[in-house]
Amino acid sequence: MAETDDLDLRSLDDDELVKQMQDDLYDGLRDEVEEGVRILLERGWTPYRVLTEALVAGMTIVGVDFRDGILFVPEVLLAANAMKGGMAILRPLLAETGAPPMGKMVIGTVKGDIHDIGKNLVSMMMEGAGFEVIDLGINCAVEKYLAALEEHKPDILGMSALLTTTMPYMKVVIDTLKQKNLRDDYIVLVGGAPLNETFAEAIGADAYCRDAAVAVETAKEWLARRHNQRTAAA
Amino acid sequence: MTDTVLSSATREVVIGFERPFCVIGERINPTGRKKLAAQMATGDFSQVEADALAQVAAGASMLDVNAGIPLTDEPAILAQTIQLVQSLTDLPLAIDSSIVAALEAGLAVYQGKPLVNSVTGETERLEAVLPLVKKYNAAVVAISNDETGISEDPDVRFDVARKIVEHAADYGIARADIVVDPLVMPIGALGNAGKAAFHLIRRLRTELKVNTTCGASNVSFGLPNRHGMNAAFLAMASGAGMTSAIMNPLHPEEMAAVRGADVLLGHDQDCRRWLRTYREPAPAGSVAEAGRRERRRARPSA
Repeated sequence: MAETDDLDLRSLDDDELVKQMQDDLYDGLRDEVEEGVRILLERGWTPYRVLTEALVAGMTIVGVDFRDGILFVPEVLLAANAMKGGMAILRPLLAETGAPPMGKMVIGTVKGDIHDIGKNLVSMMMEGAGFEVIDLGINCAVEKYLAALEEHKPDILGMSALLTTTMPYMKVVIDTLKQKNLRDDYIVLVGGAPLNETFAEAIGADAYCRDAAVAVETAKEWLARRHNQRTAAA
Repeated sequence: MTDTVLSSATREVVIGFERPFCVIGERINPTGRKKLAAQMATGDFSQVEADALAQVAAGASMLDVNAGIPLTDEPAILAQTIQLVQSLTDLPLAIDSSIVAALEAGLAVYQGKPLVNSVTGETERLEAVLPLVKKYNAAVVAISNDETGISEDPDVRFDVARKIVEHAADYGIARADIVVDPLVMPIGALGNAGKAAFHLIRRLRTELKVNTTCGASNVSFGLPNRHGMNAAFLAMASGAGMTSAIMNPLHPEEMAAVRGADVLLGHDQDCRRWLRTYREPAPAGSVAEAGRRERRRARPSA
């Protein structure tokens, strides 16, 4: 379309630029989002402010519209890809400036299951929300989860399964954590099409997340709750 | 990879192997539509107008225009209809007649590069129609039958199609400007009509390297739930390599089959057209309706 290239991002003031970046993120325009990130950094924005006010706020809108059935999977993947482009610029800078991550999550699809679209959406949305995410990929055995938990010391363990035949493996992982007395060190979130709240409760997870947007909200909620508990205990 | 480029004065549409399936709207055709025939014969084009606009709105890529009314001046009516339809839409047209003089009258008034519908493999027809196709720089639908009739053997029909392509080359018409109709028979009468059509479509694509089209509703003749059968046929024909069809875009089942086949064959990147077509409208008053879709920057068009 003719108007696509007409817009000069540099001609926008900060507020307009941030709004435009959120629109571009929504539309999955990776190059434009990257350009916006660079411009804001040139204007002296801290990487953390770019992340939260432009990218995370934009992905929040994407998440809400995905939850509400206004956006669909291909569009969320495009938006996530644009987000990734922005993150690739910001990540090294964030590490330098020591901006506080929201929290850390280890995530993977359980053993026997090779579905990863939903799990990837959760990863990207969590990253978008400012979490550090370690994605173990698909077909993860309990040993793989344990090693990652040991190595990365995350706040959250996320498990995904798309099959009724593989979802019981989540209980294997949680039971193993219990045996090793590690269960309470982590917030355990589970998700996937065949799951529901009852199942999550039955296997001893902390919460079931219906979709990627809910996963982000739930993760924030549980982190805040845990933080409060610790503050109270101290 | 073969691209057949059609155009109106302002718009190009391409039929091609790696392109979205080209839906050629069939509605502007008085054959079997008594009321429409009577109207057109007396110079009343109100139904033609309505049919043109409805098909554009339903997502047709091109429109077929036929004015075959017995005992009328078909060349004049066809020319008039084409001018009218071109004033209503920028979609390219297929000029549809079995009368050579009508084809010529249509070609003479047409703005752009049309698809001539059609020529058969009969020598007399080839010699009458191909010079017109060349003269007006058009493309042409080639029907794979000849003096011996319609063979039930798809390989015989392949040979007819090849003969037409070779004949056209003698007139300086490129292979890309020939869209072969493999002639799909009613499956209710001929049990192997489906398999024969898919076999022929594959050969036409891989060996003769031509684009293909067909009347999509013929296959279901004489059966109940024709839309369901047509939809199954369209999706499978698309999978076998058919690149266009002359069909009714007002039927949602057939259109969903065509659009779904486009997605599955990788001709609809990121499912964009599918999403645009089938996304539920945002509820009144919601955030989405209020503004998020009112974007200041458009996506690169799919």
